[in-house]
Amino acid sequence: MKYALVVIGASLGGLNAVRTVLAALPGEFLLPVAIAQHRRADAGDALQRVLQESCLLPVREAEDKWPIEPGTIYLAPGGYHLMVEGEHFALATDDPAADSLPSVNALLETAAESFGARLIGVVLTGTGRDGAVGLAAVARSGGCAIVQHPGAYAPGMPEAAIEMNPKAHCLPLDKIAPYLVQLAAE
Amino acid sequence: MAATEKEREADAAAAVEAIELPLLLEAIFQRYGYDFRAYAPASMKRRVHRAMQQEARRTVSGYQERILREPEAMARFLDAVSVEVTAMFRDPYFHKAFREKVAPGLRGLPLIRVWHAGCATGEEVYSMAILLHEEGLLEKTRLYATDLNARAIERGKQGIFPLKHMRDYTANYQKAGGRGTFSDYYTAKHDAVIMRDFLRKSITWAEHNLAADGSFNEFHLIVCRNVMIYFNRELQERVHRLIYDSLAPGGVLALGHGESLQFSLLEERYVAVDRAEKIYRKIR
Repeated sequence: MKYALVVIGASLGGLNAVRTVLAALPGEFLLPVAIAQHRRADAGDALQRVLQESCLLPVREAEDKWPIEPGTIYLAPGGYHLMVEGEHFALATDDPAADSLPSVNALLETAAESFGARLIGVVLTGTGRDGAVGLAAVARSGGCAIVQHPGAYAPGMPEAAIEMNPKAHCLPLDKIAPYLVQLAAE
Repeated sequence: MAATEKEREADAAAAVEAIELPLLLEAIFQRYGYDFRAYAPASMKRRVHRAMQQEARRTVSGYQERILREPEAMARFLDAVSVEVTAMFRDPYFHKAFREKVAPGLRGLPLIRVWHAGCATGEEVYSMAILLHEEGLLEKTRLYATDLNARAIERGKQGIFPLKHMRDYTANYQKAGGRGTFSDYYTAKHDAVIMRDFLRKSITWAEHNLAADGSFNEFHLIVCRNVMIYFNRELQERVHRLIYDSLAPGGVLALGHGESLQFSLLEERYVAVDRAEKIYRKIR
């Protein structure tokens, strides 16, 4: 298998966008998926519960040092940055380069470092620029960069990501999951 | 697909850094005695990068030279790695769970000793002191707050915090089930507040390094929240052993909600008091 991990970043409008992508993944989708969705630190586990309702794969809030297992969807837990460290996750409450929690850049950059060309990075809807630098790191280390475009609810993050990654694959929301399924088969 | 030139350059730079980072941490250990060698690499690397930017150093080796020769650069590094984003009543769910599930069990004790391990500038220690006060337990409680960063400890000890944070802290306090009026716990002066005397007097501050130092007392409650996430698995296990050895029988351990005991050999020595909030009781 060419790819080993999918990382998704989203902000404003992300609940709907992430749910749409996850709901369209088949139950036998084996690549682990790690998600950084901006949200309040004290938002609780509502996001996990809502996403699980429409997803065939198990959706879990990642804990520190958890191994990255196939066929599982991982969320950055409330109040933490989610990072990849070798074959497991690592959490941080604080990141020197982040202005959002969880930081999409921190997840993409650390995942790119550990997984290199075996990584698929996806930037979905959101205001601001988080994810652009991270997606560039994915592309630089030979991974696959995907941006939700056109039609993002909040186009800030996708546009910033495209600006830094002109060669990224631009896809409307409903085409992203099918493309992930196709890449997973490569 | 063949690697592009850019990819090869990135690979080479990463390979050099993989050599440099452990060397930097070794240099810091030998020169200053601070042991960051067993810290979790992903986050440590990001902090080193930020510190390099601030010191206008392009390579880790260049940064290492400055750290070795300039103790002030080391002090700044210590601030960068050890002072966390922290707030009073940062985690309302934890404080609620603590009130409901832990505080009742402390009532029967004649004297309560609490250890905040890795307390940074002390916001969460003051939160705990307020909580214990509202549960009627503070008078018989001694709080010990430790961190490896002496500057952070000094700030916590002074108990002076920016006034501008109080609005957020008040909201956190209310969400956490606070029973009084938050502004009763401090006195405002200009743009800062100082925590009330009875709170400050309940806390003993000390430098303590979880990566190197040992147990120094027996505690009924140890709070070590979001400290070990910055450690690798081996150092985490060391600290779990240290905590276990420092807990009285039946004592309570509070971790951050993204942490757990599941990778520790000591997991079976505890039962969960609150599974979601990662509060555990030592049972054997």
